[in-house]
Amino acid sequence: MNVVIDNLPSYLEGFGQTLSLLVIAGLAALVVGTVVAVMRISPVPSLSGFAAVYTELLRNTPLTLVLFFCAIILPYLGSELPYFWCAVIGLTAYTSPFVAEALRSGVNGVPVGQAEAARSLGLGFGQTVGVVILPQAFRMVIPPLINVMIALTKNTSVAGAFFVAELFGVGRTLANANGNAVVAVLLAVATFYLLITIPLGILAGRLEKRFAVQR
Amino acid sequence: MSASVLFDAPGPKARRRSRIASVIVLLAVLAGLAWIVITLAQPRESGGITLPGYFDWSRWEKPVTDPEFWGAVGRGLLNTLQAAALGSIIALAIGMLFVLLRTSSLAVVRIPATLVLEFFRGMPVLLLMLFILLVGSTGAFWAVVIGLGLYNGAIIGEALRAGVVSLPRGQREAGLSLGLTPLQTRLRIEFPQAFRQMLPIIVAQLVVLLKDTSLGYIVGYPELIRTTMNNLASFYGNRYLLTLFFVTLAIYLAVNLSLSWLARRLARRRSSRAGGPAALVTDGAATGAAVLVAGIGGAGLIRNPEDATTE
Repeated sequence: MNVVIDNLPSYLEGFGQTLSLLVIAGLAALVVGTVVAVMRISPVPSLSGFAAVYTELLRNTPLTLVLFFCAIILPYLGSELPYFWCAVIGLTAYTSPFVAEALRSGVNGVPVGQAEAARSLGLGFGQTVGVVILPQAFRMVIPPLINVMIALTKNTSVAGAFFVAELFGVGRTLANANGNAVVAVLLAVATFYLLITIPLGILAGRLEKRFAVQR
Repeated sequence: MSASVLFDAPGPKARRRSRIASVIVLLAVLAGLAWIVITLAQPRESGGITLPGYFDWSRWEKPVTDPEFWGAVGRGLLNTLQAAALGSIIALAIGMLFVLLRTSSLAVVRIPATLVLEFFRGMPVLLLMLFILLVGSTGAFWAVVIGLGLYNGAIIGEALRAGVVSLPRGQREAGLSLGLTPLQTRLRIEFPQAFRQMLPIIVAQLVVLLKDTSLGYIVGYPELIRTTMNNLASFYGNRYLLTLFFVTLAIYLAVNLSLSWLARRLARRRSSRAGGPAALVTDGAATGAAVLVAGIGGAGLIRNPEDATTE
């Protein structure tokens, strides 16, 4: 237990890194995912084809390989990004297809009458999707999106193995340095993760219930 | 083809515009690819040595023509599949155990089981593996297998429980009234139905499990990525890193895409057989329900089991 208290500053630093990875990559993935989702349902075949390939390709590649590419192959090819931003790029790329797919299923959950009403008022594709469909779809997919974010929280731990000093990285270093207190060190790391994931999970459950009653 | 209500069937003008947009997108993608190809094809200087461009045969020749190389890749793939297979079995067993404990009528059993389940669900798998590796000193293989088993077992358990809960109550009542014990009712009446109903989600989760074996790279289990990107890269030299990366990517895509395809087929078969309770994972087009964007995208699949899995 003493090990944990003594190293609390490095834990908090790691926790801060994990949080900033989560927030930056999460927001970026939301933006990219929305763009991909709109491309996927757009009338232009090449756009929807591109979005489909992007989704399938990234969803079927293990995160380790994506991060390996960002953290080791990119520098090898001459990029000079710091490892933190490499990890952000990798996590964004990996998470965005999941956001896109969640949104797409949300779009399908919007009653068809909404789209028909919008179209019969003379709105075009962009207006129908942007003003009528997406705002409703977003509301419905908030619980699944939170689940995607929970998964992202857990996935940031993989960045710890690729030179980012976030929670998992800190935990690993501390566990190696304090061989006699491994259990305490790692349980503390787990606690910090649970501090993010469990409240998010409860939030998702609450919202799900609320929306379920509404519809 | 287009059953979408979001836009009209394109007329001549819109078709022309769409074609122009397609050409522009295609050109942009091609330009991006060309840029990558040209960058890769440039000879590079590193550490005083000039390496030939990436598409020079010498950058591929040594690994690709070496039977030893493919042997090592094969062993790596085998290790990955082995860990995934054993992990799946453990995950299924733990999932069933979790359901039994969580739906127990005794609060003494139910509440701790719920807590443990939430704990495993909220933890990164990687941390779980590291914990098992360092605390249990089991060796990397068992760390990967048990870590994956526990984590995915918790998730499969939740899916199965949702399946059990969604069954009509009469099923359980009928079992009990026939004189089966509660455990027997659970195992012989409710589980088979819940399992079948949740099969697409479970298979999709097993695909995730297979993908997650790659975390073995970090805890030191010689699975595919570790074999190629670490062992073989140091054996043949770093100049083959990119070659090795592409080989690894191709193998993973081939394995995962075929498994995902299987999961989808299962989902579609289920939805066409039983319209009712399986609606959770149906393909909107197959049930005939009106959906906004039916028939778009190659697969034309609206809801697919992978959406339901985390990760």
